[in-house]
Amino acid sequence: MNIHEYQGKAILKQYGVKVPEGRVAFTVDEAVEAAKELGTSVVVVKAQIHAGGRGKAGGVKVAKNLDEVRTYAEQILGKVLVTHQTGPEGKEVKRLLIEQGCDIKKEYYIGLVVDRSTGRVVMMGSEEGGTEIEEVAARTPEKIFKEEIDPVTGLNAFQARRLAFNIKIPNELINKAAQFMLSLYQAFVDKDCSIAEINPLVVTGDGEVMALDAKLNFDSNALFRHPDVVALRDLDEEDEKEIEASKYDLSYVALDGNIGCMVNGAGLAMATMDIIKFYGGEPANFLDVGGGATEEKVTEAFKIILKDPNVKGIFVNIFGGIMKCDVIANGVVAAAKQVKLDRPLVVRLEGTNVEMGKKILNESGLNIVAADSMADGAEKIVSLVK
Amino acid sequence: MSILVNKNTKVITQGITGATALFHTKQGMEYGTQFVGGTRPGKGGTEVEGIPVFDTVAEAVEKTGANVSFISVAPPFAADAIMEAVDAELDLVICITEGIPVLDMVKVKRYMEGKKTRLIGPNCPGVITPGECKIGIMPGYIHLPGKVGIVSRSGTLTYEAVHQTTARGIGQSTAVGIGGDPVKGMEFIDVLHLFNEDPDTEAVIMIGEIGGTAEEEAAEWIAANMKKPVVGFIGGQTAPPGKRMGHAGAIISGGKGTAAEKIAKLESCGIRVAKTPAVIGETLVEVLKEKGMLEKVITKK
Repeated sequence: MNIHEYQGKAILKQYGVKVPEGRVAFTVDEAVEAAKELGTSVVVVKAQIHAGGRGKAGGVKVAKNLDEVRTYAEQILGKVLVTHQTGPEGKEVKRLLIEQGCDIKKEYYIGLVVDRSTGRVVMMGSEEGGTEIEEVAARTPEKIFKEEIDPVTGLNAFQARRLAFNIKIPNELINKAAQFMLSLYQAFVDKDCSIAEINPLVVTGDGEVMALDAKLNFDSNALFRHPDVVALRDLDEEDEKEIEASKYDLSYVALDGNIGCMVNGAGLAMATMDIIKFYGGEPANFLDVGGGATEEKVTEAFKIILKDPNVKGIFVNIFGGIMKCDVIANGVVAAAKQVKLDRPLVVRLEGTNVEMGKKILNESGLNIVAADSMADGAEKIVSLVK
Repeated sequence: MSILVNKNTKVITQGITGATALFHTKQGMEYGTQFVGGTRPGKGGTEVEGIPVFDTVAEAVEKTGANVSFISVAPPFAADAIMEAVDAELDLVICITEGIPVLDMVKVKRYMEGKKTRLIGPNCPGVITPGECKIGIMPGYIHLPGKVGIVSRSGTLTYEAVHQTTARGIGQSTAVGIGGDPVKGMEFIDVLHLFNEDPDTEAVIMIGEIGGTAEEEAAEWIAANMKKPVVGFIGGQTAPPGKRMGHAGAIISGGKGTAAEKIAKLESCGIRVAKTPAVIGETLVEVLKEKGMLEKVITKK
């Protein structure tokens, strides 16, 4: 789960991570009011959307007086920002962060991730702040330093200092930088983050080490123990169909194609998208109905798939396993009737009672095509939507 | 022969009174697996399905002689359950629970360092040695005893591979679902190592997906060490970057972990990769034919 920059900074502040003073604003008047309260000569007006690259897209402006705050707030609020992370459709800005400007001496990068091959949390740092870390890794990998963290001790102070020295933080600020990293690590583990990125971390003219930006992502498996984090969820930033799917414990991801997919199991669901593409079609979504493909779940899954106006046909690919195919077939037929399905439907079933299942589909009186195999099903749905 | 589990394996189910745990314990018993007991704190001294329930794993092991544990408890309690099994010095723990916090698994892995127990999962279908022992949620009837080892990050894709091989009379030595989480117990290499040493496994199917670099590492290991042919499949060629595709571990992040990268690496290491999930069995047959091994692995005409 993602949150906004201003929310991330508020969390970090609780852990003693230094961040610029700031206020969130939902309207132009609130933005001006916030700038007044901050009282600094320079304030920064920052668009709050769940995507990086806001600066380049015109979503971050430095204002030197209240009139400029008003002008920039008017420009940015309601604007659709298109960045490399939003996709071509972009994202509408509905919130602003109004923040004190600060005297930046130099920018750095600090990030925390879970490293899959070691099974440990790793802190990464670089003196190339302000650039994306992937870009630094590609161009100058020698400028990225890593510290692997033992969960028993947590990040040790010597590791934080070593990282600070490695990324060339000025000597007189090493201890402040190390403290910053220790606090950041504490926030990461306490809140079950999956990613924490401070890009840039800055040292300022008055000798501070602070987070100028903050990106926190949270492990959705751990949200059950963080109601405070769940409360920060901004539904405006998420796909409506994905929100609906999550209510029914369905795993759904919207894509650009026109063939809706309903599959059991994440691996098979991905592979089904792949095979549609292989036969020249374009999948409209990823959808895993899970182990128990009950009538209720299948019905909800159909409804969600059909909310996408691009969908011209649906491919259901179920490997029955412990569930019997006749039960699944009955569920699919009932669900198709309930949603008054008006587009081609190809169903591939495999598992116990597969013949009974096919018979139920063929005799349903609905326009359902039973496929003999996954490949056969993929070919059939691709030709039906053409 | 087989790896990890066989007809002598004695299993306990942790949290046996839970609906899912009990269902799959019963299914396993019907398949012929020796489930010898279970645990449920506070229910020690009772019985379920004719097998004894204990308060602790240590006691269950002492009284039943179990060497493997099956875990299907709710995510908030799963890490603790795994550690209890490790503490009781079981040989193998199979955890099917989906949704365990990643940082819980980071702690579990640290706790397991230097201990004897192996972990399969979490978020996996389990392990089956056809005709001998089934621990997990996979449908038993699609399997056929035989000589092809299967290792996979995905449950239903494992069933596909099993189904496609069985349909051609090619049985499986053991099928291992290592699970879809980013931090887990045994990785591809650990399982491949066992298949390599198993005298009755003649060939291996490895099924990977987007996210992480475990497939790439396995490919290098195979090129350097594997004595047996390996056929691969990678799911998620059409998956968009930055989106979690069902499995917690199936995500392309920072441009890393794409299917294209993985397929290229596998192929450069001499592993034939199936073009679609529908031709995994066909691809295996092709490779075995070329090596003159096909007859050897057909266990049912």
